[in-house]
Amino acid sequence: MKPVEVKQDIYWVGAIDWDIRDFHGYSTKKGTTYNSYLVVDDKVTLFDTVKHGFAGELLHRVHGVIDPAKIDYLVLNHMEMDHTGSILEVVEAIKPEKIFVSTMGFKSLQAHFPTDDWPIQKVKSGDQVSLGSRSVSFVETRMLHWPDNMFSYIPEDKLLISSDAFGHHWATSERFDDEVDASELMSHCAKYYANILMLYAPHLRKLFAALGEMNLDIDTIAPDHGVIWRSDPGKILAAYERWCNQHFSQKALVVYDTMWHSTEMMAKAVANGIMEQGVSVKLMNLAVNHRSDVVQELLEARALVLGSPTLNNGILPRMGDFLTYAKGLKPSNKIGAAFGSYGWSGEAVKILTGALQEMKVEIVDDGIRHQFVPDHDALRACRELGVKVGQAVKASA
Amino acid sequence: MKKYVCGVCGYTYDPAKGDSESDAPAGTAFEDLPDDWVCPVCGASKDEFEPED
Repeated sequence: MKPVEVKQDIYWVGAIDWDIRDFHGYSTKKGTTYNSYLVVDDKVTLFDTVKHGFAGELLHRVHGVIDPAKIDYLVLNHMEMDHTGSILEVVEAIKPEKIFVSTMGFKSLQAHFPTDDWPIQKVKSGDQVSLGSRSVSFVETRMLHWPDNMFSYIPEDKLLISSDAFGHHWATSERFDDEVDASELMSHCAKYYANILMLYAPHLRKLFAALGEMNLDIDTIAPDHGVIWRSDPGKILAAYERWCNQHFSQKALVVYDTMWHSTEMMAKAVANGIMEQGVSVKLMNLAVNHRSDVVQELLEARALVLGSPTLNNGILPRMGDFLTYAKGLKPSNKIGAAFGSYGWSGEAVKILTGALQEMKVEIVDDGIRHQFVPDHDALRACRELGVKVGQAVKASA
Repeated sequence: MKKYVCGVCGYTYDPAKGDSESDAPAGTAFEDLPDDWVCPVCGASKDEFEPED
């Protein structure tokens, strides 16, 4: 458990969680890391801590550089428990002279932990703290993705410690972007953005505008999860700009669940119609695809087509799960439609269409409902629905 | 005077209470808050707010 040097006198001293598979409903199939950064200067400073159960790993790594008791300052960029769950042990071990948090962070911290005796200093955007040969500037990033989030920027090292932004869940022994597979890295980043930040796209656009005005000189971005961007920080910045400005691909997503394969047959016919238009389509059966993987695909899709049979006058429960999750993430500027098989009452298509409208999805068709098993004509109608969706995707390009 | 709800975090601006963080005293209508006023919870700007139903 050795520390990893990020820059001269700056070390990664976080923890690797190889085992986590479910992050409050987001599937983390390859684990994650909780990153902490140690800066050794006149004021030895620790940026962020780790989840409960990982304090030993953090302190062990700190020991590889310096006695933890010599840490003077603790900066907490975000109060969520994956970064503060170990804080009682860490504060006890290092007895910091000061703990820096944002104004909103102060409120969050107090609401989590007994902080009365802690030497907390609130900071706001633009505040600077000298560490000796270098300084830290703070940039509040409210609602990216909690009210308390902030960035810490060290201009002398061109280093941005970015809290949860620009991070991803991926447990690796490697610490840097140039040491891992580039396409897998971007896939983890897209999943993270889709599941954690998609709804804050308007905030991100404002943040990019503000960062542009600040004209920060950055050559390394160190997020609190995953690898550090030292070779190509521009790559993740460009991806975030694309995502938050909702530049969609010519792609459609057909998401469905099925009881006795009828809605599945309809889904495949819809997908075939979309493909006929030369539009890329992904067919995602909710029985085998996790909600967090579906929203990753939704991130760059232009169209969302939903299918569910009617069960007990409603929709299938996995579709209900997906809709609850997707609505909260506020996908915007999509087009869509719905379809489904039914036995006698057949409410599902209306419910799905209503859910799409709630998400402000532009409805391109009233949808197709078919009693029991679709026949040739029904499947042709589904294919035609797909054609219509495909045409709408192309027309919107 | 109407209450307004933040579309980002759900905070409700109640004119009867005002917003002590930005020195808007009790009785300040949402419309009379300065243009650069932001949600005290999440930092969203005024245009993110909708009147409460």
